[in-house]
Amino acid sequence: MLKFLNSSIGKKFLMSLSGLFLLTFLLVHLILNSFILFDSSGALFNQAAHFMATNPIIKVVEPVLAIGFILHIFYAIILTLHNLTTRPVGYDKQKLGHSSSWSSRNMFILGLVVLTFLVIHVANFFWKIKFTGDELLEHGVVDGVENAYLLVTTFFIDWWWIVITYVIGSIALGLHLFHSVWSAFQTLGFSNQLWRRRLTLIALVVSIVIAGGFALIPLWVKISSML
Amino acid sequence: MDLTLKVWRQENAKAKGKFEKYQIKNISPDSSFLEMIDALNEQLIQDDKDPVAKEPVAFDHDCREGICGMCSLYINGRAHGPDEEITTCQLHMRKFKDGDTIVIEPWRANGFPVIKDLMVDRQAFDKILQSGGFISANTGNAPDANAIPIGKDKAEEAMDAASCIGCGACVATCKNSSAMLFVASKVSQLALLPQGKHESVKRAHAMIAKMDELGFGHCTNTGACEVECPKGISLDHIARLNREFLAANLMP
Repeated sequence: MLKFLNSSIGKKFLMSLSGLFLLTFLLVHLILNSFILFDSSGALFNQAAHFMATNPIIKVVEPVLAIGFILHIFYAIILTLHNLTTRPVGYDKQKLGHSSSWSSRNMFILGLVVLTFLVIHVANFFWKIKFTGDELLEHGVVDGVENAYLLVTTFFIDWWWIVITYVIGSIALGLHLFHSVWSAFQTLGFSNQLWRRRLTLIALVVSIVIAGGFALIPLWVKISSML
Repeated sequence: MDLTLKVWRQENAKAKGKFEKYQIKNISPDSSFLEMIDALNEQLIQDDKDPVAKEPVAFDHDCREGICGMCSLYINGRAHGPDEEITTCQLHMRKFKDGDTIVIEPWRANGFPVIKDLMVDRQAFDKILQSGGFISANTGNAPDANAIPIGKDKAEEAMDAASCIGCGACVATCKNSSAMLFVASKVSQLALLPQGKHESVKRAHAMIAKMDELGFGHCTNTGACEVECPKGISLDHIARLNREFLAANLMP
Protein backbone atom coordinates (compact mmCIF):
# COMPACT_ATOMS: atom_id res chain seq x y z
CA MET A 1 0.00 0.00 0.00
CA LEU A 2 2.85 2.37 0.82
CA LYS A 3 4.38 1.60 -2.56
CA PHE A 4 1.06 2.46 -4.20
CA LEU A 5 0.81 5.79 -2.36
CA ASN A 6 4.35 6.66 -3.44
CA SER A 7 3.67 5.99 -7.12
CA SER A 8 2.65 8.83 -9.42
CA ILE A 9 -0.87 7.48 -9.92
CA GLY A 10 -1.22 6.73 -6.19
CA LYS A 11 -0.55 10.34 -5.27
CA LYS A 12 -2.94 11.55 -7.96
CA PHE A 13 -5.53 9.06 -6.65
CA LEU A 14 -5.49 10.77 -3.24
CA MET A 15 -5.52 14.17 -4.95
CA SER A 16 -8.70 13.38 -6.88
CA LEU A 17 -10.49 11.63 -3.99
CA SER A 18 -9.80 14.52 -1.60
CA GLY A 19 -10.80 16.98 -4.34
CA LEU A 20 -14.14 15.27 -4.97
CA PHE A 21 -14.77 15.20 -1.21
CA LEU A 22 -14.08 18.93 -0.99
CA LEU A 23 -16.49 19.45 -3.89
CA THR A 24 -19.34 17.83 -1.90
CA PHE A 25 -18.51 20.22 0.94
CA LEU A 26 -18.72 23.17 -1.45
CA LEU A 27 -22.15 22.09 -2.68
CA VAL A 28 -23.53 21.80 0.88
CA HIS A 29 -21.92 25.13 1.79
CA LEU A 30 -23.49 26.86 -1.22
CA ILE A 31 -26.96 25.49 -0.47
CA LEU A 32 -26.78 26.81 3.11
CA ASN A 33 -25.38 30.18 2.00
CA SER A 34 -28.14 30.61 -0.55
CA PHE A 35 -30.58 30.97 2.40
CA ILE A 36 -29.17 34.50 2.72
CA LEU A 37 -30.75 35.29 -0.65
CA PHE A 38 -34.14 33.77 0.15
CA ASP A 39 -34.83 35.27 3.56
CA SER A 40 -33.81 38.88 4.19
CA SER A 41 -34.82 38.66 7.87
CA GLY A 42 -31.90 36.25 8.32
CA ALA A 43 -33.87 33.76 10.44
CA LEU A 44 -33.54 30.94 7.88
CA PHE A 45 -29.77 31.36 7.49
CA ASN A 46 -29.28 31.65 11.25
CA GLN A 47 -31.18 28.40 11.81
CA ALA A 48 -29.04 26.67 9.18
CA ALA A 49 -25.79 28.04 10.63
CA HIS A 50 -26.87 27.02 14.13
CA PHE A 51 -27.75 23.53 12.89
CA MET A 52 -24.33 23.16 11.25
CA ALA A 53 -22.55 24.38 14.36
CA THR A 54 -24.35 22.05 16.76
CA ASN A 55 -25.22 18.92 14.75
CA PRO A 56 -23.16 15.93 16.03
CA ILE A 57 -22.71 14.50 12.48
CA ILE A 58 -21.19 17.79 11.33
CA LYS A 59 -18.89 17.76 14.37
CA VAL A 60 -17.56 14.39 13.21
CA VAL A 61 -17.27 15.50 9.56
CA GLU A 62 -15.46 18.74 10.45
CA PRO A 63 -12.07 17.15 11.24
CA VAL A 64 -12.48 14.87 8.21
CA LEU A 65 -12.95 17.99 6.10
CA ALA A 66 -9.80 19.48 7.59
CA ILE A 67 -7.93 16.27 6.69
CA GLY A 68 -9.34 16.53 3.17
CA PHE A 69 -7.99 20.04 2.79
CA ILE A 70 -4.60 19.09 4.23
CA LEU A 71 -4.27 16.02 1.95
CA HIS A 72 -5.29 17.99 -1.12
CA ILE A 73 -2.84 20.83 -0.40
CA PHE A 74 -0.03 18.49 0.70
CA TYR A 75 -0.21 16.36 -2.45
CA ALA A 76 -0.63 19.44 -4.66
CA ILE A 77 2.70 20.71 -3.33
CA ILE A 78 4.44 17.31 -3.66
CA LEU A 79 3.20 16.75 -7.23
CA THR A 80 3.89 20.30 -8.38
CA LEU A 81 7.40 20.35 -6.92
CA HIS A 82 8.23 17.15 -8.81
CA ASN A 83 6.70 18.47 -12.03
CA LEU A 84 8.88 21.57 -11.79
CA THR A 85 12.01 19.38 -12.01
CA THR A 86 11.05 17.36 -15.08
CA ARG A 87 12.14 19.93 -17.68
CA PRO A 88 15.58 21.26 -16.65
CA VAL A 89 16.00 23.27 -19.88
CA GLY A 90 12.84 25.05 -20.92
CA TYR A 91 11.56 25.88 -24.39
CA ASP A 92 12.31 29.20 -26.03
CA LYS A 93 8.89 29.30 -27.65
CA GLN A 94 5.87 27.35 -26.48
CA LYS A 95 2.29 27.55 -27.74
CA LEU A 96 0.40 25.58 -25.11
CA GLY A 97 -2.77 27.57 -25.61
CA HIS A 98 -3.37 25.59 -28.77
CA SER A 99 -3.50 22.23 -27.01
CA SER A 100 -4.77 22.79 -23.46
CA SER A 101 -6.96 25.13 -21.44
CA TRP A 102 -5.48 27.89 -19.31
CA SER A 103 -7.05 26.61 -16.12
CA SER A 104 -5.70 23.08 -16.64
CA ARG A 105 -2.18 24.49 -16.82
CA ASN A 106 -2.56 26.78 -13.80
CA MET A 107 -4.27 24.56 -11.25
CA PHE A 108 -1.61 25.19 -8.60
CA ILE A 109 -1.78 28.98 -8.98
CA LEU A 110 -5.58 28.89 -8.93
CA GLY A 111 -5.34 26.66 -5.86
CA LEU A 112 -3.08 29.22 -4.17
CA VAL A 113 -5.59 32.00 -4.88
CA VAL A 114 -8.39 29.84 -3.46
CA LEU A 115 -6.27 29.00 -0.40
CA THR A 116 -5.49 32.68 0.24
CA PHE A 117 -9.18 33.43 -0.04
CA LEU A 118 -9.96 30.53 2.29
CA VAL A 119 -7.68 31.94 5.01
CA ILE A 120 -9.38 35.36 4.73
CA HIS A 121 -12.81 33.74 4.71
CA VAL A 122 -12.14 31.56 7.77
CA ALA A 123 -10.76 34.57 9.68
CA ASN A 124 -13.83 36.63 8.71
CA PHE A 125 -16.57 34.27 9.82
CA PHE A 126 -15.76 30.71 10.90
CA TRP A 127 -13.12 31.75 13.43
CA LYS A 128 -15.41 34.33 15.04
CA ILE A 129 -18.44 32.03 15.21
CA LYS A 130 -16.46 29.06 16.46
CA PHE A 131 -13.83 30.57 18.76
CA THR A 132 -13.54 34.28 19.43
CA GLY A 133 -17.17 35.41 19.15
CA ASP A 134 -18.33 38.80 17.95
CA GLU A 135 -20.76 41.36 19.34
CA LEU A 136 -22.79 41.23 16.12
CA LEU A 137 -23.48 37.54 16.80
CA GLU A 138 -25.14 38.43 20.11
CA HIS A 139 -27.62 40.85 18.47
CA GLY A 140 -31.21 39.65 18.88
CA VAL A 141 -30.40 36.06 19.89
CA VAL A 142 -33.49 33.84 19.71
CA ASP A 143 -33.43 30.47 21.56
CA GLY A 144 -29.62 30.46 21.58
CA VAL A 145 -29.42 30.83 17.78
CA GLU A 146 -26.62 33.31 17.09
CA ASN A 147 -27.11 36.08 14.57
CA ALA A 148 -24.61 34.84 11.95
CA TYR A 149 -26.68 36.63 9.28
CA LEU A 150 -25.94 40.02 10.82
CA LEU A 151 -22.21 39.24 11.05
CA VAL A 152 -22.04 38.19 7.38
CA THR A 153 -24.16 40.97 5.90
CA THR A 154 -22.54 43.73 7.99
CA PHE A 155 -19.16 42.63 6.68
CA PHE A 156 -20.22 42.84 3.06
CA ILE A 157 -22.16 46.09 3.47
CA ASP A 158 -19.31 47.86 5.29
CA TRP A 159 -16.44 47.04 2.95
CA TRP A 160 -16.34 46.99 -0.83
CA TRP A 161 -12.93 45.32 -0.86
CA ILE A 162 -14.33 42.34 1.04
CA VAL A 163 -17.01 41.94 -1.64
CA ILE A 164 -14.36 42.17 -4.39
CA THR A 165 -12.13 39.65 -2.58
CA TYR A 166 -15.04 37.21 -2.39
CA VAL A 167 -15.84 37.63 -6.08
CA ILE A 168 -12.19 37.04 -7.05
CA GLY A 169 -12.04 33.98 -4.78
CA SER A 170 -15.21 32.61 -6.39
CA ILE A 171 -13.89 33.09 -9.92
CA ALA A 172 -10.60 31.36 -9.08
CA LEU A 173 -12.56 28.51 -7.51
CA GLY A 174 -14.75 28.25 -10.62
CA LEU A 175 -11.73 28.03 -12.93
CA HIS A 176 -10.16 25.45 -10.62
CA LEU A 177 -13.32 23.33 -10.71
CA PHE A 178 -13.72 23.70 -14.47
CA HIS A 179 -10.65 21.54 -15.00
CA SER A 180 -10.83 19.39 -11.89
CA VAL A 181 -14.23 17.70 -12.14
CA TRP A 182 -13.47 15.63 -15.25
CA SER A 183 -9.80 15.39 -14.30
CA ALA A 184 -10.62 13.75 -10.95
CA PHE A 185 -12.78 11.11 -12.62
CA GLN A 186 -10.14 10.54 -15.32
CA THR A 187 -7.53 9.87 -12.62
CA LEU A 188 -9.88 7.40 -10.97
CA GLY A 189 -10.18 5.66 -14.34
CA PHE A 190 -13.83 6.66 -14.75
CA SER A 191 -13.82 8.16 -18.22
CA ASN A 192 -14.18 7.12 -21.82
CA GLN A 193 -15.19 8.76 -25.08
CA LEU A 194 -18.79 9.23 -23.93
CA TRP A 195 -18.21 10.03 -20.26
CA ARG A 196 -15.49 12.53 -21.04
CA ARG A 197 -18.01 14.69 -22.89
CA ARG A 198 -20.60 14.25 -20.14
CA LEU A 199 -18.14 15.01 -17.34
CA THR A 200 -16.72 18.12 -19.02
CA LEU A 201 -20.29 19.39 -19.43
CA ILE A 202 -21.01 18.61 -15.77
CA ALA A 203 -17.76 20.41 -14.87
CA LEU A 204 -18.90 23.50 -16.76
CA VAL A 205 -22.29 23.52 -15.01
CA VAL A 206 -20.79 22.83 -11.57
CA SER A 207 -18.15 25.55 -11.92
CA ILE A 208 -20.66 28.14 -13.13
CA VAL A 209 -23.15 27.28 -10.37
CA ILE A 210 -20.54 27.30 -7.60
CA ALA A 211 -18.54 30.32 -8.76
CA GLY A 212 -21.68 32.24 -9.73
CA GLY A 213 -23.49 31.31 -6.53
CA PHE A 214 -20.68 32.24 -4.17
CA ALA A 215 -20.01 35.50 -6.03
CA LEU A 216 -23.69 36.43 -6.15
CA ILE A 217 -24.22 36.35 -2.37
CA PRO A 218 -21.85 39.19 -1.34
CA LEU A 219 -22.85 41.21 -4.44
CA TRP A 220 -26.53 40.74 -3.66
CA VAL A 221 -26.11 41.74 -0.02
CA LYS A 222 -24.06 44.81 -0.91
CA ILE A 223 -26.22 45.99 -3.81
CA SER A 224 -29.57 45.39 -2.08
CA SER A 225 -28.31 47.43 0.90
CA MET A 226 -27.64 50.36 -1.43
CA LEU A 227 -31.11 50.36 -3.03
CA MET B 1 10.46 31.14 -49.77
CA ASP B 2 13.10 33.00 -47.78
CA LEU B 3 13.24 32.13 -44.10
CA THR B 4 15.13 32.93 -40.91
CA LEU B 5 15.82 29.84 -38.80
CA LYS B 6 16.56 29.98 -35.10
CA VAL B 7 18.09 26.56 -34.42
CA TRP B 8 19.28 25.00 -31.16
CA ARG B 9 22.94 24.00 -31.46
CA GLN B 10 24.59 21.82 -28.83
CA GLU B 11 27.94 20.05 -29.24
CA ASN B 12 27.11 17.02 -27.06
CA ALA B 13 25.07 15.93 -24.04
CA LYS B 14 27.35 17.75 -21.59
CA ALA B 15 27.94 20.95 -23.56
CA LYS B 16 25.91 24.09 -22.98
CA GLY B 17 23.84 24.75 -26.08
CA LYS B 18 22.67 27.99 -27.62
CA PHE B 19 20.49 29.27 -30.45
CA GLU B 20 22.06 30.03 -33.81
CA LYS B 21 20.38 32.10 -36.52
CA TYR B 22 20.54 31.10 -40.18
CA GLN B 23 19.15 32.69 -43.35
CA ILE B 24 17.89 30.34 -46.03
CA LYS B 25 16.64 31.28 -49.49
CA ASN B 26 14.59 29.76 -52.32
CA ILE B 27 12.82 27.03 -50.35
CA SER B 28 9.93 25.47 -52.24
CA PRO B 29 6.61 25.63 -50.38
CA ASP B 30 6.08 22.02 -51.48
CA SER B 31 9.21 20.71 -49.77
CA SER B 32 8.89 18.97 -46.44
CA PHE B 33 10.28 20.47 -43.25
CA LEU B 34 13.09 17.92 -43.15
CA GLU B 35 13.99 18.65 -46.78
CA MET B 36 14.27 22.28 -45.76
CA ILE B 37 16.77 21.30 -43.01
CA ASP B 38 18.62 19.17 -45.59
CA ALA B 39 18.93 22.31 -47.71
CA LEU B 40 20.19 24.24 -44.68
CA ASN B 41 22.82 21.57 -44.00
CA GLU B 42 23.95 21.64 -47.62
CA GLN B 43 24.31 25.39 -47.34
CA LEU B 44 26.29 25.05 -44.09
CA ILE B 45 28.66 22.47 -45.55
CA GLN B 46 29.31 24.43 -48.75
CA ASP B 47 29.65 27.84 -47.10
CA ASP B 48 33.36 28.68 -47.22
CA LYS B 49 33.08 32.16 -45.75
CA ASP B 50 32.23 31.05 -42.22
CA PRO B 51 34.39 28.09 -41.12
CA VAL B 52 32.90 28.02 -37.59
CA ALA B 53 29.34 27.27 -38.66
CA LYS B 54 30.32 24.47 -41.04
CA GLU B 55 29.07 21.64 -38.89
CA PRO B 56 25.65 20.51 -40.23
CA VAL B 57 22.65 20.48 -37.89
CA ALA B 58 22.09 17.00 -36.39
CA PHE B 59 18.47 15.86 -36.35
CA ASP B 60 16.64 12.54 -36.13
CA HIS B 61 14.83 11.08 -39.13
CA ASP B 62 14.33 7.72 -40.78
CA CYS B 63 11.37 6.69 -42.95
CA ARG B 64 10.12 10.20 -43.80
CA GLU B 65 6.69 8.66 -44.31
CA GLY B 66 5.21 9.51 -40.93
CA ILE B 67 5.22 5.96 -39.59
CA CYS B 68 8.56 5.27 -37.90
CA GLY B 69 8.43 7.79 -35.05
CA MET B 70 12.05 8.80 -35.46
CA CYS B 71 11.66 12.48 -36.32
CA SER B 72 10.96 14.93 -33.54
CA LEU B 73 11.52 18.73 -33.35
CA TYR B 74 9.65 21.38 -31.41
CA ILE B 75 8.80 23.91 -34.12
CA ASN B 76 7.50 27.39 -33.32
CA GLY B 77 6.28 26.27 -29.93
CA ARG B 78 4.55 23.05 -30.96
CA ALA B 79 5.66 19.42 -31.12
CA HIS B 80 5.94 18.36 -34.80
CA GLY B 81 5.11 21.93 -35.82
CA PRO B 82 1.98 23.83 -36.84
CA ASP B 83 -0.23 21.10 -38.27
CA GLU B 84 -2.60 18.48 -36.84
CA GLU B 85 -1.87 14.75 -36.44
CA ILE B 86 1.35 14.66 -38.42
CA THR B 87 4.99 13.99 -37.75
CA THR B 88 7.66 16.58 -38.64
CA CYS B 89 8.56 14.75 -41.85
CA GLN B 90 4.97 15.18 -43.04
CA LEU B 91 4.98 18.90 -42.25
CA HIS B 92 5.29 20.99 -45.40
CA MET B 93 6.74 24.44 -45.88
CA ARG B 94 3.42 25.74 -47.24
CA LYS B 95 2.35 25.90 -43.57
CA PHE B 96 4.75 28.85 -43.20
CA LYS B 97 4.88 32.27 -44.83
CA ASP B 98 7.67 33.83 -46.84
CA GLY B 99 9.93 35.81 -44.50
CA ASP B 100 8.92 33.88 -41.36
CA THR B 101 11.28 33.24 -38.47
CA ILE B 102 11.06 29.59 -37.41
CA VAL B 103 12.25 28.49 -33.97
CA ILE B 104 13.48 24.88 -34.00
CA GLU B 105 14.19 23.18 -30.68
CA PRO B 106 14.80 19.59 -29.55
CA TRP B 107 12.33 17.74 -27.28
CA ARG B 108 12.87 19.13 -23.78
CA ALA B 109 12.44 16.68 -20.92
CA ASN B 110 14.40 15.16 -18.09
CA GLY B 111 13.80 11.72 -19.61
CA PHE B 112 15.04 12.82 -23.06
CA PRO B 113 18.57 14.26 -22.75
CA VAL B 114 19.96 16.01 -25.83
CA ILE B 115 22.60 13.97 -27.68
CA LYS B 116 23.57 16.66 -30.17
CA ASP B 117 21.80 19.71 -31.62
CA LEU B 118 18.20 18.60 -32.24
CA MET B 119 18.70 14.88 -31.48
CA VAL B 120 17.49 13.54 -28.15
CA ASP B 121 17.97 10.18 -26.46
CA ARG B 122 14.62 8.42 -26.27
CA GLN B 123 15.90 5.17 -24.76
CA ALA B 124 13.70 5.85 -21.75
CA PHE B 125 10.71 4.70 -23.85
CA ASP B 126 12.51 1.44 -24.70
CA LYS B 127 13.23 0.89 -21.01
CA ILE B 128 9.56 1.37 -20.17
CA LEU B 129 8.61 -1.15 -22.87
CA GLN B 130 11.21 -3.64 -21.66
CA SER B 131 9.73 -3.46 -18.16
CA GLY B 132 6.34 -4.86 -19.23
CA GLY B 133 5.20 -3.89 -22.72
CA PHE B 134 5.05 -7.47 -24.00
CA ILE B 135 3.15 -10.73 -23.58
CA SER B 136 4.71 -13.98 -22.35
CA ALA B 137 3.89 -16.69 -24.88
CA ASN B 138 5.56 -19.80 -26.19
CA THR B 139 7.11 -19.20 -29.56
CA GLY B 140 6.69 -21.69 -32.35
CA ASN B 141 4.57 -21.79 -35.44
CA ALA B 142 2.43 -18.72 -36.01
CA PRO B 143 -1.06 -19.46 -34.66
CA ASP B 144 -4.03 -19.46 -37.00
CA ALA B 145 -5.19 -15.87 -37.56
CA ASN B 146 -8.77 -16.42 -36.46
CA ALA B 147 -8.16 -18.98 -33.71
CA ILE B 148 -9.17 -16.41 -31.07
CA PRO B 149 -12.23 -14.40 -32.13
CA ILE B 150 -12.02 -10.73 -31.10
CA GLY B 151 -14.92 -8.26 -31.29
CA LYS B 152 -14.64 -5.52 -33.90
CA ASP B 153 -14.86 -2.65 -31.42
CA LYS B 154 -12.17 -4.11 -29.15
CA ALA B 155 -9.91 -4.82 -32.12
CA GLU B 156 -10.37 -1.25 -33.36
CA GLU B 157 -9.62 0.27 -29.96
CA ALA B 158 -6.51 -1.89 -29.54
CA MET B 159 -5.36 -0.88 -33.02
CA ASP B 160 -5.91 2.80 -32.19
CA ALA B 161 -3.66 2.40 -29.16
CA ALA B 162 -1.14 0.38 -31.15
CA SER B 163 -0.78 3.20 -33.68
CA CYS B 164 1.57 4.92 -31.18
CA ILE B 165 4.94 5.29 -32.90
CA GLY B 166 6.80 6.24 -29.72
CA CYS B 167 8.02 9.59 -31.07
CA GLY B 168 7.80 11.33 -27.69
CA ALA B 169 5.67 14.32 -28.74
CA CYS B 170 3.41 13.65 -25.74
CA VAL B 171 6.32 14.07 -23.31
CA ALA B 172 7.72 17.03 -25.25
CA THR B 173 4.46 18.96 -25.27
CA CYS B 174 3.30 18.11 -21.73
CA LYS B 175 3.93 20.94 -19.28
CA ASN B 176 4.98 18.27 -16.76
CA SER B 177 6.95 16.10 -19.25
CA SER B 178 4.66 13.20 -18.39
CA ALA B 179 4.90 9.97 -20.38
CA MET B 180 1.38 8.84 -19.50
CA LEU B 181 -0.02 8.86 -23.05
CA PHE B 182 2.83 6.67 -24.30
CA VAL B 183 2.56 4.21 -21.39
CA ALA B 184 -1.23 4.23 -21.67
CA SER B 185 -1.22 3.33 -25.34
CA LYS B 186 1.27 0.52 -24.75
CA VAL B 187 -0.81 -0.84 -21.84
CA SER B 188 -4.09 -0.45 -23.75
CA GLN B 189 -3.01 -2.18 -26.94
CA LEU B 190 -2.33 -5.34 -24.93
CA ALA B 191 -4.91 -5.08 -22.16
CA LEU B 192 -7.75 -4.91 -24.69
CA LEU B 193 -6.83 -8.20 -26.35
CA PRO B 194 -7.18 -11.71 -24.88
CA GLN B 195 -3.48 -12.45 -25.40
CA GLY B 196 -2.45 -9.53 -23.24
CA LYS B 197 -5.29 -9.39 -20.76
CA HIS B 198 -4.15 -11.85 -18.10
CA GLU B 199 -0.83 -10.08 -17.56
CA SER B 200 -2.36 -6.59 -17.59
CA VAL B 201 -2.17 -6.06 -13.83
CA LYS B 202 1.50 -6.99 -13.63
CA ARG B 203 2.21 -4.94 -16.76
CA ALA B 204 0.55 -1.73 -15.50
CA HIS B 205 2.50 -2.09 -12.25
CA ALA B 206 5.88 -2.60 -13.88
CA MET B 207 5.52 0.07 -16.55
CA ILE B 208 4.32 2.78 -14.15
CA ALA B 209 7.14 1.97 -11.73
CA LYS B 210 9.66 2.29 -14.57
CA MET B 211 8.07 5.52 -15.85
CA ASP B 212 8.29 7.08 -12.35
CA GLU B 213 11.87 5.89 -11.93
CA LEU B 214 13.03 7.51 -15.18
CA GLY B 215 12.09 11.01 -14.04
CA PHE B 216 8.98 11.74 -16.11
CA GLY B 217 6.43 14.09 -14.58
CA HIS B 218 2.96 13.46 -13.19
CA CYS B 219 -0.01 13.71 -15.53
CA THR B 220 -2.33 16.62 -14.68
CA ASN B 221 -4.83 15.80 -17.44
CA THR B 222 -4.26 18.99 -19.41
CA GLY B 223 -4.87 17.00 -22.60
CA ALA B 224 -2.09 18.68 -24.60
CA CYS B 225 -0.53 15.29 -25.48
CA GLU B 226 -3.67 14.11 -27.23
CA VAL B 227 -3.80 17.25 -29.40
CA GLU B 228 -0.13 17.10 -30.40
CA CYS B 229 0.07 13.30 -30.83
CA PRO B 230 0.76 12.62 -34.54
CA LYS B 231 -1.46 9.55 -34.30
CA GLY B 232 -4.25 11.26 -32.36
CA ILE B 233 -4.16 8.76 -29.50
CA SER B 234 -7.00 9.46 -27.09
CA LEU B 235 -6.83 10.32 -23.38
CA ASP B 236 -9.34 7.49 -22.90
CA HIS B 237 -6.35 5.17 -22.90
CA ILE B 238 -4.92 7.05 -19.91
CA ALA B 239 -8.20 6.47 -18.08
CA ARG B 240 -7.84 2.75 -18.88
CA LEU B 241 -4.25 2.75 -17.62
CA ASN B 242 -5.42 4.41 -14.38
CA ARG B 243 -8.13 1.74 -14.05
CA GLU B 244 -5.64 -1.06 -14.65
CA PHE B 245 -3.20 0.43 -12.16
CA LEU B 246 -5.80 1.07 -9.45
CA ALA B 247 -7.16 -2.45 -9.94
CA ALA B 248 -3.62 -3.80 -9.69
CA ASN B 249 -3.13 -2.09 -6.34
CA LEU B 250 -6.51 -1.89 -4.67
CA MET B 251 -7.81 -5.33 -5.77
CA PRO B 252 -4.67 -7.45 -5.98
